[in-house]
Amino acid sequence: MQLSREALLRAYRQMKVIREFEERLHVDIQTGEIAGFTHLYCGQEAVAVGVCEHLSVEDKIVSTHRGHGHCLAKGCDVNGMMKEIWGSREGLCKGKGGSMHIADVDKGMLGANGIVGAGAPIAVGAGISCKIDGKGHVAITFSGDGACNQGTTFEAMNMAVVTKAATIFVFENNHYSEHTGFEYAVGTNKDIASRAEAFGMKVWRGDGTDFFSVFETMREVLEYVRVPGNGPAAVEFDTERFFGHFEGDPQRYRGPGELDRIRAERDCLKKFRESVTAAKLLAHEDLDALDAEVLEAIEESVRQAKAADRPTAEDVLTDVYISY
Amino acid sequence: MAKMMYRDAVVSTIAEEMARDENVVCLGEDIVGGMGTPGGPEAIGGIWSTSTGLFGKFGADRMIDTPISESAIMGAAAGLALSGKRPIAELMFADFIGVSLDQIWNQLAKFRYMFGGKTKCPAVIRMAYGAGYNAAAQHSQAVHQILTGMPGLKVVMPTTPADVKGLLRTAIRDDDPVIFLEHKALYGVSGEVPDDPDYMIPFGHARLSRAGQDVTIVSTGLLLGFCEAVADKLAAEGIGCDVIDLRTTSPLDEEAILDSVEVTGRLIVVDEAPPRCSLGADICALVAEKAFASLKAPPLSVNPPHTPIPFARELESAYLPSVDKIEAAVRKVLSYR
Ligand SMILES: Cc1ncc(C[n+]2csc(CCOP(=O)(O)OP(=O)(O)O)c2C)c(N)n1
Ligand SMILES: [Mg+2]
Repeated sequence: MQLSREALLRAYRQMKVIREFEERLHVDIQTGEIAGFTHLYCGQEAVAVGVCEHLSVEDKIVSTHRGHGHCLAKGCDVNGMMKEIWGSREGLCKGKGGSMHIADVDKGMLGANGIVGAGAPIAVGAGISCKIDGKGHVAITFSGDGACNQGTTFEAMNMAVVTKAATIFVFENNHYSEHTGFEYAVGTNKDIASRAEAFGMKVWRGDGTDFFSVFETMREVLEYVRVPGNGPAAVEFDTERFFGHFEGDPQRYRGPGELDRIRAERDCLKKFRESVTAAKLLAHEDLDALDAEVLEAIEESVRQAKAADRPTAEDVLTDVYISY
Repeated sequence: MAKMMYRDAVVSTIAEEMARDENVVCLGEDIVGGMGTPGGPEAIGGIWSTSTGLFGKFGADRMIDTPISESAIMGAAAGLALSGKRPIAELMFADFIGVSLDQIWNQLAKFRYMFGGKTKCPAVIRMAYGAGYNAAAQHSQAVHQILTGMPGLKVVMPTTPADVKGLLRTAIRDDDPVIFLEHKALYGVSGEVPDDPDYMIPFGHARLSRAGQDVTIVSTGLLLGFCEAVADKLAAEGIGCDVIDLRTTSPLDEEAILDSVEVTGRLIVVDEAPPRCSLGADICALVAEKAFASLKAPPLSVNPPHTPIPFARELESAYLPSVDKIEAAVRKVLSYR
């Protein structure tokens, strides 16, 4: 189905926001001003956006340690997120969570997560809730090729099938879990979707570096899972991460020229631009204008994050039950 | 004596014990690193560099790089231990005991007892714990409080490179499951380490790191250094502190604590875990029970608050016991009455 001009511009803008958010963090983290562990999503934008462009605020997503892209795609505020990562008390989680724990439940974003494999069971619960409500909403869990080896992921897949939860398991295969290759760690012959299939789920596969592949695949997946009674489904997207596992990772596990090659050949933003301009759906100038606008928005978010209030010692004691 | 970092004491002790006993095997995520990648095995090891070079020396059968499957890693350690091997399993972050707790708590810890003493269960579970990296609520916790409460486990918390060497060797040669807690903020700390290839420190023997007559301070890990700083500062004012490094929380060196309190009459425990049902509360109770007559002031435990660990720099440093908080606690017990 052909997307409207507005929908195309919006999708591109969403991907570009994630890209520039991450590129900027990559630079700012090197100054030492940002604390903690940060895992950048750069390279995988087409998956988050291709999935979330189909969702309403009632649909839920559960994310991972590499969560910025999912959060932004689901509608979390750019400035609130930047402030959170900078540890401000004006951040989306008051500076208590940081990069790995960004959440905005009101937006249907049930949290990034520092525990690999923790998200899938949570999405089963959210998917059961969607099923009970019977309004055709869904819960989506994003998992990596590493997370697919956790027992929690297996349990969640089976339980989703058994309970007919309206849950979608989105596997983002970026070929690495930390410093380990998926060819070593995933026993099912380079194939993650077949695991979900073995649990009795309908599965799809798509190219995670191509927005249109993700978007069209997800249209089918969602059409299926939104039908009450159909139960869960799974989809595997092949994708690439452009930076290290975490910021500071020397990436010695990569092959020679690998990063240059994936940036040249597997960049979802470049691919999007090429295909929409070749098809004359959008002009380069349209996209250039968006690029400039997004860069300014990210610049503004950093300005705000740097100027925002810092948390105080008293803030440690709020948002938790302490009886003594 | 050789000078080495805490992390290198871990690696070298494992290497020495693997060379000495072919039944010692290691397993964990990225303990080889680079498996199945263009860079190949050992392209880059685990994030703490606590297994560097071991794959090259001992090969894939004994350096088992695992998928992200903590429950299976701990269960496999249990199975290896019941089958004649001496596994050293690594959890990249102590917080991940959450994923694997059944295998540690209901399996490993209980086998010897449940099986009527008919089996040994020689497994070492190493893990990096502690705050100080702004790694937030799921990557910063001190978990000794939970594990020390589990019958069947021995729990070790080394503070110095020499203690890593002596305690890790004891752990590997021990026939019971041992939890070996490495503070991530200490990995880069250097110190003198004995060369003796059989250097071992028995469990349940605390180390006196400062001696004084006025206050007993009990701690271990990162916070021990804070306690020493307080003791050194107060020494200049003529206040003497016994600073006791517990080294192991199970078994606990009750004697060292009680002997000291009998002289000082005052106890501070400085503990990195939250206050309820904590090591601090436990040791205060011990002293109240067994050294009540010696006490000149109520025993005091200095802990973080009863909250998850916050992310932002300001919040994490407010969360952790600090030199100032420890000093204030010491002055409080000194000025009692
Ligand atoms: C339970 C648990 N085990 C290990 C880790 C450490 N860790 C964080 S991310 C990661 C790799 C995850 O790989 P994958 O699922 O493929 O996601 P990606 O990093 O590629 O996005 C590991 C091992 C963790 N955070 N939680
Ligand atoms: Mg991955």
